[in-house]
Amino acid sequence: MSIATVENIKPLHDTVLAKLKENFGDAIISSAIDYDFPVFVVRRENVFAVLKFLKEDSELNFHFLTTMCALHYPENPGKEFGMMYQLHNMPKNFRIRLKTFIPGNDLEIPTVTSLWATANWMERQEYDFFGVIFTSHPNLKRILNMDDITFFPLRKEFPLEDQTRDDKNDSMFGR
Amino acid sequence: MEEEVKRSKLEIGQSPAGLEGPGFFATSLEKAVGMARKNSIWPLPFATSCCGIEFMATMASNYDLGRFGSERLSFSPRQADLLMVMGTIAKKMGPVLKQVYEQMAEPRWVLSMGACASSGGIFDTYSVLQGIDRIIPVDVYIPGCPPRPEQVIDGLLQIQRLVESESLRRRDSQEYKDLMTKYGIE
Repeated sequence: MSIATVENIKPLHDTVLAKLKENFGDAIISSAIDYDFPVFVVRRENVFAVLKFLKEDSELNFHFLTTMCALHYPENPGKEFGMMYQLHNMPKNFRIRLKTFIPGNDLEIPTVTSLWATANWMERQEYDFFGVIFTSHPNLKRILNMDDITFFPLRKEFPLEDQTRDDKNDSMFGR
Repeated sequence: MEEEVKRSKLEIGQSPAGLEGPGFFATSLEKAVGMARKNSIWPLPFATSCCGIEFMATMASNYDLGRFGSERLSFSPRQADLLMVMGTIAKKMGPVLKQVYEQMAEPRWVLSMGACASSGGIFDTYSVLQGIDRIIPVDVYIPGCPPRPEQVIDGLLQIQRLVESESLRRRDSQEYKDLMTKYGIE
């Protein structure tokens, strides 16, 4: 297909939304089209079932988990953290994004390793950088940082600069 | 008319000061060993990122480092004299670098090439080691991001000057032992 515009994507977005609403009803909180991506926000309780349905449905066939990433918006009380999944359908060349938001004091979300094996390391990375706990993950430990650190570096409150330097002018380096 | 014989202005392999006569040359052991060592430094290229690529260019034919005796690079620390740390060292890589340094046999020198190895470079962040001199002692720093091959050659020549002028007893001296203790080595 040619350049993805809202006109091209809308029919596919509507198909996916119709199928999701038919099977999951009120688990789907919202949907939108961001540039060339349909984005769906679902509830945490249903996220595993929705992803399983999207993967196994013969018409939708989202067999490829392209990427997943944690989100941190501290200005949304009750929905500070979130997870974003990008699913790709190669035969139809069609991608969607799925988001789910969770509160900061209850950072648990089911793992999708049983659906896509690639999620194993991607979830370890999100645990390493944000502290999101993936229930029933086979091996949830840090992957990129050193094993003995106690903080989660990519959270918004974590400072950018290395705190052990004392030879830089603090006022200019945000310390 | 006699033609003046043109002599090269470069002094290559200049012999140290000593007593010379027919069939013999006497000099101090330190000077002879220093001259031998400085012209056959075997580097260990601990190349991590962009400075490693710049080093590869320096080793290639245009800016040949082999002319200074460093023709044979060794990736085994047991057989290397000079540890050249070229590139960003993450905090997770720090213990590995320290172990490589500890596996080298005396006499050993360390050259830190580039801004990242010398001080963390532009990566002032939680994951990058802010300078390898936090974990191992460094002899020569080459600043730059990346330093040009001419600067790398200059750094190697500085190492050569250090090697040539080093006392044979330096590695057993108390000052050196204190330096190693400060870094927690041995």
